[in-house]
Amino acid sequence: MRLRRDRRASHRPVMAAGAAFAMAIAASVLVVGNSVDNAVAASTTGVTSRQITLGATVPLTGPAAPGYSEIAPAMNAVFKWVNAHGGIYGRKIKYIYLDDKYDPTTTATLTRKLVLTDHIFADVGSLGTPTNLAVLKYLNTEKVPHLFIESGCNCWSTPKFPETTGWEPPYTVTGKILGYYMKNHFKGKKIGELYQDTEFGQDVMKGINMEVPASAVVSKQTYDVTTLSGAMTTQMSALKAAGAQVVVLATIPVGTALAMLPAAAIGFTPQYVVDNVGADAPTVGPLLSSFTTAATHTKKAAASATALMNGMITNLYQPPESTSSNQWIRVEKKILQRYTGKLWAQHGLDGNTEYGIALAYTFVQALKAAGKDLTRTSLMKAIDTKAKTFKTPGFSPLNYTNTVHYGYEGDEVVRFTSSVGTYKTPTGTWPGTKVLSPVYVTTTGSGPVKVYQGKEPAVPGTLKATA
Amino acid sequence: MTASHTRADAEAGPSGTRPDAEAGPPGARARAVLGLLARRLRLPNQPLVRHLILFVLGAGLFYVLTVNVGAYNDYQIGEIAVYAIVLGGLSVLTGLNGQFSLGHGAFMAIGAYTLALLQLHADVGLVGELVIAAVIAAAAGAVVGVPAARLSPPYLAGVTLMLALGLPQLSAQYGSVFGGEQGLTTTPPAAPGSLSPERWLAWIQLFCALVVLVLLANLVRSRFGRAFRAVRDDEVAAAVSGIHVARTKVLAFAVSAGCAGLGGALLVLSTGVVNVGEFPLSLSIGLLAAMVFGGAGSLVGVWWGAVALVYMPTWSTSLSQHLSLGTSAAAYLSDAFFGVVLVIAMLVSPAGVQGGIRRIGQLLWSGGGVAGLGGPGGGVATDRMDQETKERSRP
Repeated sequence: MRLRRDRRASHRPVMAAGAAFAMAIAASVLVVGNSVDNAVAASTTGVTSRQITLGATVPLTGPAAPGYSEIAPAMNAVFKWVNAHGGIYGRKIKYIYLDDKYDPTTTATLTRKLVLTDHIFADVGSLGTPTNLAVLKYLNTEKVPHLFIESGCNCWSTPKFPETTGWEPPYTVTGKILGYYMKNHFKGKKIGELYQDTEFGQDVMKGINMEVPASAVVSKQTYDVTTLSGAMTTQMSALKAAGAQVVVLATIPVGTALAMLPAAAIGFTPQYVVDNVGADAPTVGPLLSSFTTAATHTKKAAASATALMNGMITNLYQPPESTSSNQWIRVEKKILQRYTGKLWAQHGLDGNTEYGIALAYTFVQALKAAGKDLTRTSLMKAIDTKAKTFKTPGFSPLNYTNTVHYGYEGDEVVRFTSSVGTYKTPTGTWPGTKVLSPVYVTTTGSGPVKVYQGKEPAVPGTLKATA
Repeated sequence: MTASHTRADAEAGPSGTRPDAEAGPPGARARAVLGLLARRLRLPNQPLVRHLILFVLGAGLFYVLTVNVGAYNDYQIGEIAVYAIVLGGLSVLTGLNGQFSLGHGAFMAIGAYTLALLQLHADVGLVGELVIAAVIAAAAGAVVGVPAARLSPPYLAGVTLMLALGLPQLSAQYGSVFGGEQGLTTTPPAAPGSLSPERWLAWIQLFCALVVLVLLANLVRSRFGRAFRAVRDDEVAAAVSGIHVARTKVLAFAVSAGCAGLGGALLVLSTGVVNVGEFPLSLSIGLLAAMVFGGAGSLVGVWWGAVALVYMPTWSTSLSQHLSLGTSAAAYLSDAFFGVVLVIAMLVSPAGVQGGIRRIGQLLWSGGGVAGLGGPGGGVATDRMDQETKERSRP
């Protein structure tokens, strides 16, 4: 090209002018680019001496919003409590949570907004598997901590993405612990499975089938979450026809309701074992009542919902919200009541608000552990090296290391039963919770399910005194 | 496109000599000057030259826009460009050929997965990846187009709806190839120098959008474009005139799907990942609504539709937060908001936003004292294209 240009001597002035113009454009681009970078790079992004800015994408509207929309405001209640007591090392927490409607493309866009215009320090408590997968790579490329994702996907712990961590027990761990319990307590019983045909359901069942003998499983049914709208009569009839005595559900709350209702209608009353995701009584209960009400136009629905939940077995990794004597539960209720009165009035302490409080409190512990000179590196280091000392409501410690980025890896098995009393929330009255097993711990791999020997951490004095 | 008004305008009077050009009063002289200006400003008649001039103007506009906003806005402008490409294809299919598609999200997914798989397994460069993504999606469009060519609109909607619902299942079914729910990651092109990656990608996406729209605009004015319209207006008459109806319909579908595929491929360069969740049925329906909103058959209108697709969710969320609605009400508000905007747009301007703008422009122009416009003012957007073709085919 250069040779050809030189030959066209007569065109040189024009060429020179063109080149100068092009360089001017290039220079203007560089200048604009640099000025933006400099403005941000002055200190650790999102951290000043007085404030820490955090962000998250969560479904506040759309199909995934019922229940899940409570989590971020509950988290914010904890941050408000922190701010009301002087912040962390004098820094107050600003939490920006945006509505992605559980749509990955929206998540991708809004996460860029959080990083590029809100200049967040870290992305904390974003919800969902497909949504977080859409920003996993971006946040890691930008070196923005992508912490405590609200999903138990086995995919959050990978050396390729060191900025990303899960928080709740991975679905396979949950499945293994439920499977272990079933293997020991339902010997010789016929087991039927119904699961959501996505990573969530598949991972839970992977764990269950690692423990339960294959010969015991008489039928495996699935449902497609994208078309989930009506009662799952077909699947439940198939499980009934196969003679299942125990039915394991790996379902979201709506799925649980749409499975249990038609089963009851065809007189099928197996022992339900439901994964934690779809088993929170104050979340599933209102769904059961609303679907029943829609179908029968009766007001007796709420009562029958409570009856349907009665006897169901599930797993928990933090204290059941119905145990009013538990110190953590007391503190959590106080924080909700004081710092997010509206949420408290609408939902009280249910599985979702409890989840949000515990997750936010975990992050507060991480910020404290990271020390006064807060950087993204010091935060990640604190999580990787000091997480086992964090005092959180979880039964078992947080297992973060520099290679493992799952959080909790322990569960206890419980049964909802009115025989131990009931639990009242603004949405209804639900059966109490009876503990059936010790706390078990295990890993996503082939390792055994073991009884956890440690004790649940006590509520830190400062939290108890100030909440 | 506004330039063609001036042309229509110029053709209204005898070419060259306007009756009022020699008149004495100053008002008339001013009008004469305006008329002269209008004729001077008109773009050349060759479609390619015309469209290339518009291309350069568009590129300049976008350059100025992108360098004056932050990285996040660059990202959104890039998204707008992507949707402009997809809507361009859809607009040609529906506005010009009269076919419907509720499945364009699926063609976007095909392009997106093609790009991701190419990045994983082959080294063909960005241009290669984009071209192949568009070609594969176009091929898929041709396959769908074959039965579609035999179906009337309601059944066609059913077929394409099935595609939008069914195709994502395929990628879940063959998880080892398509990465299951997690999907596949994509790598955006590295930005040269200290240019922000968002701006660089936005430039690539805008460039692609302008190229595609120029190509579509040329196609619209070619023999194929005339065949598309002939088939839309009357299949029997078209067949009698020697147009192969089925082949024309399949071609329109393939072109349209190719645009969607290219759009999908460019979109996942932005998001950095391709998975099933990115291409829900609601996307396909949103695309159709946005295309109608912008103005079916209008290639300028696609930009309005694309802007609506990118900004409407944000606006509706702010609105629901402003009204502090409950979550369940807010969930419906988002859809209702888009629906209401669409309904209002249709009531105010049946030819979409672009049709409305054109009508306002015509009213202002004729009110300005320049010789009156011929033809029906503010007809539907597709009529515009027809009109231009007629004008062009005049000796």
